[in-house]
Amino acid sequence: MAITAFGAGGGPAAAVDAAPKRRSWVALFLLLPGILYLVLFFIVPLVSLIITSLETQSPDGAFAYGFQWQNYVDSVGTFGTQIWRSFFFAILATVIALLFSYPLAYFIGVKARRWPLLQSFMLILVVAPFFISFLLRTLAWKTILSDDGPVVSALKGLSLLGPQAHITGEPIAVVFGLTYNFIPFMCLPIYTTLERLDIRYLEASSDLYAGGWATFRKVTIPLSLPGIVSGTLLTFIPAAGDYVNASQDFLGGTSSTMIGNVIQSNFLVQENYPVAAALSIVLMFVILVVVSVYVKRSGTDDLL
Amino acid sequence: MTPQNSFADSGADLELTGISKRFPGFTAIENLDLTIPAGSFFALLGPSGCGKTTTLRLVAGLEEPTTGQILIGGKDLTRTKPYQRPVNTVFQSYALFPHMTVLDNVAFGLKRRRMSDPIGKAHEALRLVELDHLAGRKPQQLSGGQQQRVALARAVVNRPALLLLDEPLGALDLKLRRQMQLELKTIQNEVGLTFVHVTHDQEEAMTMADTVAVMNKGRIEQMGAPEDLYELPHTAFVANFLGQSNLFTGPVSSSTSNSISVEVGGRRIVVPKDRAQVHDGTVTIGVRPEKLTLLTAAPANDSGENVIGPGRVIDVSFSGVSTQYVVAVPGVGDIIVFAQNMVFGPVVEVGAEVWMSWTVDHGFGLSDSPELVSAGA
Repeated sequence: MAITAFGAGGGPAAAVDAAPKRRSWVALFLLLPGILYLVLFFIVPLVSLIITSLETQSPDGAFAYGFQWQNYVDSVGTFGTQIWRSFFFAILATVIALLFSYPLAYFIGVKARRWPLLQSFMLILVVAPFFISFLLRTLAWKTILSDDGPVVSALKGLSLLGPQAHITGEPIAVVFGLTYNFIPFMCLPIYTTLERLDIRYLEASSDLYAGGWATFRKVTIPLSLPGIVSGTLLTFIPAAGDYVNASQDFLGGTSSTMIGNVIQSNFLVQENYPVAAALSIVLMFVILVVVSVYVKRSGTDDLL
Repeated sequence: MTPQNSFADSGADLELTGISKRFPGFTAIENLDLTIPAGSFFALLGPSGCGKTTTLRLVAGLEEPTTGQILIGGKDLTRTKPYQRPVNTVFQSYALFPHMTVLDNVAFGLKRRRMSDPIGKAHEALRLVELDHLAGRKPQQLSGGQQQRVALARAVVNRPALLLLDEPLGALDLKLRRQMQLELKTIQNEVGLTFVHVTHDQEEAMTMADTVAVMNKGRIEQMGAPEDLYELPHTAFVANFLGQSNLFTGPVSSSTSNSISVEVGGRRIVVPKDRAQVHDGTVTIGVRPEKLTLLTAAPANDSGENVIGPGRVIDVSFSGVSTQYVVAVPGVGDIIVFAQNMVFGPVVEVGAEVWMSWTVDHGFGLSDSPELVSAGA
């Protein structure tokens, strides 16, 4: 719809185009630092990563360049479970984080408008965890959820958990950690759209025979969709590649290893660079596909 | 209490009894009683902050009254939610949903009520406001006037028993406003709904409404047909808010069976008793500027005419169809006269000495105490 709107004014748009042409050198000059930055820190590493992913290993252990497509087949074959698990965990964490964040953001952005002090206070509470390193916070959760910690003891006392059961090292702990760590990233973009939500639209909806639920579904959600989309992207993308929560030093275990952990161990521990690089590219590619389908389907290009 | 699945057959009457609305720190509406008969075009007229929009929001259910009852079509709907009321509003800001097309906006209410063929009915409503060709556009791609018509279609399509209009023409330029006023009136005649129109534009209220209620400081000052309000205002507020008035205050010096005489600046001004609210003591009387006739010589005594003057013309301003003169009369104050621009009329210059006369039947007496009048003026 936005495109048709701009397309309608074909005549004036063409006239406007002519002016920037004269200044294109200035524009290029101003863009130069950004372009250099992207080339140096994005294009070069990406090309290097692609080259690495195609290297072959000679019997003496040295890596040499070759068109070793087999690296991709091998790594996806070997680590398929971890890839699936990563996306499953990331989607699960994103959905749970959304379920927690939306009501929270709605309360701060809409209900708390009448009390600006409460609004600021709650926003600070959402952001407050950032003042402590996220490694430390995840370690703290490890302690809280550990076998002799309060949560496990309490659950065992209530017979909700078997005597031999754990929480840390299990998938539930990893998903919990991901959800916990990414809630602020989900909450803040949703808050920004809800904070601007014009209450008069809700009144109009109510005036037009829509009850609370219908108004929420038909008006509030669509109007806050840009925030939901940015929040889910900010959660899903890093969560899919996360290697901290699922690490065995933190909340993960052998049954909850994610693709990030595999890549990390192949790069830094086993020094199997081609596999690590191939997995990174596979991860990147899948995220790219998932995200583009998602953004296209949600149709928010119209609202942004 | 669920929204009904059929259209209202006709407009319903609205009855407000003992309505008050208090917000923290101020009272928006004070003990308001109001009955609006079914099928009428009713205008609530008043300056900003007089409580007219709050009244509308109370009827729509967007605010809850502190005291009192709201009855629509005889049913008490005071405590019901907005979506349970057979009422639709054309909002001042239009509040068209930006994420929906014009068509979806118009069909919204029908779909919520699960009416049959919402899209067909929405097209029909858009045809009524002559915007069906823009049905696929988003509201922000329309001009202000077009958005206003979409807002109207979105409300009218539901055939509410009561249609509330909250200064819907405020954002439009004069020409478009005139056009929309006519369209609104036509639509009201066609669909036979009860319209409640809130406005601060006295001309708009008078041209469109069957009944006008002038509101001030949370209460209704006067209610009636536009002509009656204009010709016979009861209070100084109404006299000054609806058009302009010349007001004089003085003691009642004598009275007959059907008129009172008031001492103003050494002259006796006669007002018919049935046009005066108060018949003794110190009273305020008035006359509309266009009812005055300018005279360049002192007129002969005529019992059917009131005369004031002499005074000096201190300002003349020409406005096309008429000329406005301001005449300073010693002991009375400034008096405004509108004179039609007719070729044979007396044309006077600034500084000329003039008298003014008007037919006794054109005067009116107000109910306000004199202190209030001077404070209000």
